[in-house]
Amino acid sequence: MRSEKSNRAPVGLKIAAAGGLAFMHVPILLIFLYAFTTEEKSYQFPPPGLTTQWFGVAWDRPDVWAALTLSVKVASIATATALVLGTLCAAAVSQTRFFGRETISLLVILPIALPGIITGIALRSAFSMADIPFSFWTIVLGHATFCIVVVYNNAVARFRRISGSLIEASMDLGADGFQTFRHVILPNIGTALLAGGMLAFALSFDEVIVTTFTAGQQSTLPIWMLEELIRPRQRPVTNVVAMIVVVVTFLPILGAYYLTRDGDQIAGAGK
Amino acid sequence: MTIVAESIILPERRGAAGRLSDFFWRHPYALLAVLLGPPLLWLGVVYLGSLFALLLQSFFSIDDFSGLINYEFTLATYRQLLSETNLDIIIRTVTMAAAVTLVSALIAFPIAYYAARYARGKWKVLFYLGVMLPLWSSYLVKIYAWKLILAKEGILNWFFEKLNLLWLLDAWLAVPVVGGNSLSVSYTGTFIVFVYVWMPFMILPIQAALERVPTNLIEASSDLGGTPAQTFRHVLFPLALPGIVAGSIFTFSLTLGDYIIPQIIGSSRLFIGQAVYAQQGTAGNIPLAAAFTVVPIVIMGLYLWMAKRMGAFDAL
Repeated sequence: MRSEKSNRAPVGLKIAAAGGLAFMHVPILLIFLYAFTTEEKSYQFPPPGLTTQWFGVAWDRPDVWAALTLSVKVASIATATALVLGTLCAAAVSQTRFFGRETISLLVILPIALPGIITGIALRSAFSMADIPFSFWTIVLGHATFCIVVVYNNAVARFRRISGSLIEASMDLGADGFQTFRHVILPNIGTALLAGGMLAFALSFDEVIVTTFTAGQQSTLPIWMLEELIRPRQRPVTNVVAMIVVVVTFLPILGAYYLTRDGDQIAGAGK
Repeated sequence: MTIVAESIILPERRGAAGRLSDFFWRHPYALLAVLLGPPLLWLGVVYLGSLFALLLQSFFSIDDFSGLINYEFTLATYRQLLSETNLDIIIRTVTMAAAVTLVSALIAFPIAYYAARYARGKWKVLFYLGVMLPLWSSYLVKIYAWKLILAKEGILNWFFEKLNLLWLLDAWLAVPVVGGNSLSVSYTGTFIVFVYVWMPFMILPIQAALERVPTNLIEASSDLGGTPAQTFRHVLFPLALPGIVAGSIFTFSLTLGDYIIPQIIGSSRLFIGQAVYAQQGTAGNIPLAAAFTVVPIVIMGLYLWMAKRMGAFDAL
């Protein structure tokens, strides 16, 4: 028999957990408040007044739009590349046995396990050694490298749940390998790939450390933010952009969660 | 007899796709090569290749007069790395990473424990999303939020003023090393932001480890007369330790390599990441920058080796 007492949390634990969660969320909520402040020269708290005029100002800024477009383009292509490479890698690791399988998982995780600055500077010096000029594609190359792991993790977890007999049954019934992939494997891993793709997009959309090394003159949205952080010039616009970035990254995370919540491994548990 | 054999052994498939499918079925290693080829080419050749090229550069040196790289094998760059100023940077960064990891574990543990043991149904989902959203929200926005908070006219000063506690803040800022002119240019500020940005990475691994602790183990401990503190010390903590170590891999590694947080919120004294950035950029000393990157790689290598021995990877 279970005592009633053991199912109720001690007050101290409740306070500590609530405090920890508040510590994580209050700063982000402040961003939402500051997007509406009328003060434009400092970070004064409490805001002297509230206004929505900065949304209009930010909307009319061509540099913000240029950065946003570049970020979306980079994230889309990096995600597409990572989807292909990550799925291939996951299929090979989970469906076959071969020498060096463990090493492959380590290799995939490496770009995210090592500090971003190492990936960034390694790629940068490789580009300069190979005389590759910095361009849109060098940014994409850097981003795809660390996005592969997110897709891979999601796909591997799902491949593990597909029973091998399902694939064998399809083959026994006369389907060739491509038909099996199209009608049996793909419907099973579809949501995992979608979730992985969303997370990869969010990761790329937000990346700044590797990007500072692999971008030339172009600025993605995080690079634009970084410049504002180092030398604040237009605080109100930055406030609005910060709020929009928060909203834009929340959507794929929520989406990925709802797509994979029934599984044994929920997407996004690691970044 | 022949009819049976014919129906068992299917005729070859027609069409390019069919023949290709048959080929892969007969030669599984060819399929494996096709599957693994592109990702290995990308990660193994492009990524690892760049990484090795970088590490190789740390064995070159820079000519003091011309500023050009001297492509001869030498350990001079490593000697330079171990000079007093650079050693200072390394010690400062490692101390910061250790402190950040420790405090992150302290903050993360109650959240993880509550979520693993007491949260049920709707609350469990809320806790999960409550951890996931800050974890995934933009890194720069999080730093920006703290710039707003730590500013002189910001919310923290306002809060201390309302509580008539400004003297406390000033006393803290007067402390050498951790203090400074204001929070946003002191180590305390850097430390708070580091904890804020990396702490969420600690929660889910600890929660995963705690969820595997059977409730009756804790009940048995208290039935045998263990106080809550003893139960924590002898039952819960050892079982949660692999999770804590797994989480600390992230907090430790990410703090070691970060160069943006100390640049925006902190004093002018450098961290490893900033040193790498400065050496490869303005100083143009790629060999020394490469040698600096070896430091986090070696530390993380040792750390991962220790973590593996403690069984931390099962908790991931």
